[in-house]
Amino acid sequence: MIHFVLLISRQGKVRLTKWYSPYSQKERTKVIRELSGMILTRAPKLCNFVEWRGYKVVYKRYASLYFCMCIDQDDNELEVLEIIHHFVEILDRYFGSVCELDLIFNFHKDSLVEAAKEQASSISNMIAQATK
Amino acid sequence: MTGPSLMDSLFQRSIDDLIKALRLTPPGTETAFVAKAIDEIRREIKSTDPHTKAAALQKLTYLHSLHGLDMSWAAFHSVELSSSSAHSHKRTAYLSAALAFNPATTDVILLLTHQLRKDLSSPNVHDVSLALSTLSSICNTDLARDLTPELFTLLSSSKVTVRKKAIATVLRVFECYPDAVRVCFKRVVENLENSDLGILSAVVGLFCELTENEPRSYLPLAPEFYKILVDCKNNWVLIKVLKIFAKLAPLEPRLGKRVVEPICEIMKTMGAKSLVFECVRTILTSLSEHDSAVKLAVSKVREFLSEDDPNLKYLGLQALAIVAQKDILAVVENKDLVVKALSDSDLNIRLEALRLVMCMVSEDNVMEICRILISHALKSDPEFCNEILGFILLTCGRNYYEVVFDFDWYVLFLGEMARVPHCQKGDEIATQLIDIGMRVKDARSQLVNVARELVIDPALLGNPFMHAVLSAAAWVSGEYIKLSRNPFEIMEALLQPRTSLLNPSVRAIYIHSAFKVLMFCVHSYLKLNGEESLIPSTLIDSELVSDVEVDDHNMIVTNGQAPSASSVTHHLTQESLLALVNLVEINLGPLAGSNEVEVLERSTNVLGLIKLIKPMLLGSLNDGEGDQTKGELKAPETVKLIFDSYSEDLGPVSVNAQEKVPIPNGLVLKENLDDLEEICGDMKLPLLTSFSLVRSQFAEASNSAEWQGKEESELSTESTSLLAEHRKRHGLYYLSPGNRVTTSNDYPPAHDPNDKAIDEDEDLAKLTEKSLVTGKKPSQSKPRPMVVKFDDGEVTTVATNRTEVKAGLISGAVNEVLLGDEATTSSSSRRKPPKSRRGTGDSNVSITESKSDASKIDQSEHSKAGLGGSKHNGHGKERRRRNSGKDKEHDRKDEHKSESVAHGKHRSRHRADKAVEAQAPVIPDFLL
Repeated sequence: MIHFVLLISRQGKVRLTKWYSPYSQKERTKVIRELSGMILTRAPKLCNFVEWRGYKVVYKRYASLYFCMCIDQDDNELEVLEIIHHFVEILDRYFGSVCELDLIFNFHKDSLVEAAKEQASSISNMIAQATK
Repeated sequence: MTGPSLMDSLFQRSIDDLIKALRLTPPGTETAFVAKAIDEIRREIKSTDPHTKAAALQKLTYLHSLHGLDMSWAAFHSVELSSSSAHSHKRTAYLSAALAFNPATTDVILLLTHQLRKDLSSPNVHDVSLALSTLSSICNTDLARDLTPELFTLLSSSKVTVRKKAIATVLRVFECYPDAVRVCFKRVVENLENSDLGILSAVVGLFCELTENEPRSYLPLAPEFYKILVDCKNNWVLIKVLKIFAKLAPLEPRLGKRVVEPICEIMKTMGAKSLVFECVRTILTSLSEHDSAVKLAVSKVREFLSEDDPNLKYLGLQALAIVAQKDILAVVENKDLVVKALSDSDLNIRLEALRLVMCMVSEDNVMEICRILISHALKSDPEFCNEILGFILLTCGRNYYEVVFDFDWYVLFLGEMARVPHCQKGDEIATQLIDIGMRVKDARSQLVNVARELVIDPALLGNPFMHAVLSAAAWVSGEYIKLSRNPFEIMEALLQPRTSLLNPSVRAIYIHSAFKVLMFCVHSYLKLNGEESLIPSTLIDSELVSDVEVDDHNMIVTNGQAPSASSVTHHLTQESLLALVNLVEINLGPLAGSNEVEVLERSTNVLGLIKLIKPMLLGSLNDGEGDQTKGELKAPETVKLIFDSYSEDLGPVSVNAQEKVPIPNGLVLKENLDDLEEICGDMKLPLLTSFSLVRSQFAEASNSAEWQGKEESELSTESTSLLAEHRKRHGLYYLSPGNRVTTSNDYPPAHDPNDKAIDEDEDLAKLTEKSLVTGKKPSQSKPRPMVVKFDDGEVTTVATNRTEVKAGLISGAVNEVLLGDEATTSSSSRRKPPKSRRGTGDSNVSITESKSDASKIDQSEHSKAGLGGSKHNGHGKERRRRNSGKDKEHDRKDEHKSESVAHGKHRSRHRADKAVEAQAPVIPDFLL
């Protein structure tokens, strides 16, 4: 299952977080620091999977934003990539050509985004839900 | 603090203002800005005006989520706001709760129960969804228990969005409150046959997570999953169903037979890589006994590996790693691609490839693979280079060098690895060099050669990463000096000026090795001399004799390297020996004043020995028949004593050896040593700091009796300088020297013959001898050198069974619900004897008839089961709705009619078995 979702800018700024497994605030900060260190330094055209603390982190870069999802070892990485893409498509549809600023200023519409996601495709929503 | 005024709410900053201002703050002042913002929020959030409150909460949630600020203090405000009638406020409140509440520690969660219940039964779909998603984030036992009835109602909601959210939420509720399974499970199962894709995927996702923990309980649902596998066209749902089957198939072989066909079909026809990969993984992990399917899967893996996409390459390698555990041949077939991946630009891919390559290692190919890997190591970056070396060392050293057949080669290879430019695995290489020296007798001569190469090379001394290897090499050279071709050369190498670059502990080992070499030379000389005195001869004769003798003694390995080697070998004469002694004396003299206790100690030992033997050598050189003194007479005996004490083989020591040592009286092992930390806290001395202890009496030691005493005491003080100092200052925490057996000796000596005086050590020696007898039997034609190992060497830690209590409870409840079902099924089948009779007796009845009959019976049976179930539960709903399912059922029967006939007999027997043991999970028969 998905343990958390992170959106990190290329400069290492966090744009969105969603935690589906319990992490304390301290751990969250540590996780973000660790992962942005690992992921942002990876050159383009490498594979999109990173092994981390016995989990896998699937990431994909869209423009200047990295979408990262942490999943279990035996989850399907390609499926998660598809989910990320799907998520981006929904964002795109909701904001109409989404850009990083949209996300920055619409943090509070987080749930709206999810609702939008839900309408656009039940499946991705269900996956986000099932992992809660 | 003043209460919030109208002004505050009028000029309140919205979240947009906050974000904008935060983006404009100059770097560095951010924390100050955030602190100020928090102050503002603290004031605003107390407002009675819901708008002000909501805006404040929103800002706080933003800062919490993206800037990691604590907001636990505001938990009550979230609860308060959640009762607002405005949906936007409610949303803000629930969002903050979902993001910030911790189910285990936030105690105000309970205050939310009532509001959640109200919203769950609200007619507004959005409110219900909001409450559901919040519940799934913050669910704890109490919430789950109190809200189960509402959730149960929502599971059959007519609104798709609500129903699928409810299904997803059920997972968390089950986890927190297993009793909810009894109430809700039936309704969840009903949804498996829902035609709506969203609901279906939610249910499948739910079962995918549930089967993760305790798959056996869900076996009875296999038919439903099978139907989805065959009928569903959605990739993501299929992936989840495959994951479920991957868990179920190993539990029930008949199930594997059924699903393998559709899975292969999907694999062949599907274009979506994610689904294909899931099929591959399912087959490789759970259906590996179906050869044709595995073959197909491996061919797909090969396709992945040949693609340019790094993701597919990575996953292909991982899939191969799964195969490797069962069928190494499949990996070997793809060796070319795996080796190619070793030079990929992506470190992750290279690592996977490396792991795979190491899986392939066997006795036959270990040399080839190591050669390939070392060439990769030479041309790759330092990090990966060390990964490679680490993997090689790990694989070759595994289980007492199981895969290594030719130790001469391996020892050479270790030397080669040590010289790889980026090598940082010195410690591991050193350990293996010494370990092989002790365990594999036949490898020693080659080991000595390798050690010689390492010790002789002055360039290596400058590389700090090499020091561990060098210390091992020096130890090997000293310990097995009798196998060396030229001890003089080794001695020169051990004393070369650049050894000053070594750190003290390594240097001490160098000096100690020099000590052993010197003693060996002196002893050999004395032995010759003894013979010389027996056989009266001229000096020239004795030289000839010495040549022969030394050659014999050295056991020169005539490996065709150079027959002239023997002529290069030293001529052991008084002159050469004296030169050697002088060399040692000159080089070690200054070290007698060293600041390092270990270096000081060792060099004093050597100097003492020289003091002892020099007069003797000088005497015999100056035609010493007349000059012979009493001291001289003693010298040869002493040398012999010392030499004998060193010439005994060191063996490996069992991991459990220490347990065999009885605990000395008065030693409390479990004493609380907390105050020791206090003492250590104030003295974090690095190892190199000075500890000068000039023991002049040692330098003055001239008579042999004192020498002897020193030789013995030397062993008891084998410790690092830090330990020595510590021991001196805090003597009470250490054992007295008499009890020192329990303190672990430092570096190489596993047990030293000199300690023979102590009984415990004798036990160890016996143990070692015993273990020499129990070696590994050579299994091949060419005898493999024996590797000493212990039977009890490996401490097997029993993995504690970590089955979660909660998971057990869930599956217990699931079993109860499902088996309640199945019990009625099997009882109904018992009441229906005609079916089994038909299967056994009427095998020659026309096939069509038997088919239709069977399907009819099956249907009736199912409906009966459904009735039984509904009666049992009293929901008034049939468990299965057959009206749409009937036709498909029919089709499937059609497909497998022949099977059902063929297995008729078997089936009836099976059924009888099941009637007896109703406890075991049952799969409905059409799976057969």
